[in-house]
Amino acid sequence: MDSRPVLDDGAYVRSAVQTAAKILVVGHFAVGKTTFIGTMSEIPPLRTEETMTQAAAGVDDLGDVRGKTTTTVAMDFGRLTINDRLVLYLFGTPGQQRFVQVWEDMSRGALGALILVDPERLEESFPVMDLVEQYGLPYAIAVNRFDGTPDRPDEELREALDLLPETPVVTCDARDPKSSAHSLMVLIRYLQTRIS
Amino acid sequence: MIDPGEQEPEAAELVRPYVITDGRVLPEDDRFSLITLVTASADHEQRMARLSPEKRAVLELCGGGYLSVAEIAGHMRLPVGVVKILLSDLADGGYLVTRAPAPRATLVDRQLLQEVLDGLQARFG
Ligand SMILES: Nc1nc2c(ncn2[C@@H]2O[C@H](COP(=O)(O)OP(=O)(O)OP(=O)(O)O)[C@@H](O)[C@H]2O)c(=O)[nH]1
Ligand SMILES: [Mg+2]
Repeated sequence: MDSRPVLDDGAYVRSAVQTAAKILVVGHFAVGKTTFIGTMSEIPPLRTEETMTQAAAGVDDLGDVRGKTTTTVAMDFGRLTINDRLVLYLFGTPGQQRFVQVWEDMSRGALGALILVDPERLEESFPVMDLVEQYGLPYAIAVNRFDGTPDRPDEELREALDLLPETPVVTCDARDPKSSAHSLMVLIRYLQTRIS
Repeated sequence: MIDPGEQEPEAAELVRPYVITDGRVLPEDDRFSLITLVTASADHEQRMARLSPEKRAVLELCGGGYLSVAEIAGHMRLPVGVVKILLSDLADGGYLVTRAPAPRATLVDRQLLQEVLDGLQARFG
């Protein structure tokens, strides 16, 4: 931290806003999480770090200071004002199992998760799907179709990912606001069905 | 704004946050989640003299309006855990006003989900 960042008014949440909600945008490496959040966010996306502590195996200098070793995990996030009283935050989280501590913080209070998958690399989505399920987050699958990706029948994808029949699958171009918003809406409608 | 493609910092750079928090390790503090909205209380400016530079910087930042804990960390370029410690102390001193996040989906009224849906629809149609 060098100095206090100076923000313009638009950086702040509108003063009438009473509460915030959170959705996780997750997926394997380079699947389009940062792109998706940048497309949807009304503020320039921010990045922050969580520091994770682990019992020190080989104690180094830093380890001596704190008796623990630390690693940091970066997460991207963006903001979307929903209406006068509500803002929605989108958090992008990497899907590696070793980041469980961060997942704990990120998933707490989240409405649900949008899992971005690359249809050409489906098996890379397994670890992140395991995490989402482990933390009990309801989710929808957004198939991020990169240029030139051939169409793949939904059924094949459902089977490959071992989805429940009710889990929504939607195609999405993370660079396109309408398409990205549509996948979020599909997730929300699914969440609505789960609380009836 | 930090370039999202930026490298993760080397471990050595983590020393500074521990100095800022007087070497304290994170208490599991449920007062602040990533999306708790925080602003400075109306009278905070009269009582800033004895605060550390970091706490003053936090107050100045969130004196302009509400920001989430995650946004404060992002703008200050500090890890979330460190920011939570600073915020806890400031809250204890009565320097902050907070707005709690919405409860999660299973407990939530349908209204919240409907609002999110309508809001997205209105903006991206
Ligand atoms: N054609 C196409 N390219 C995309 C799409 N989404 C992302 N990309 C590109 O894919 C690359 C990776 O996207 P990112 O948004 O950085 O992915 P990420 O999931 O944040 O990656 P990590 O944070 O490194 O795990 C970038 O070059 C994007 O421009 C998409 O929907 N279609
Ligand atoms: Mg990314």
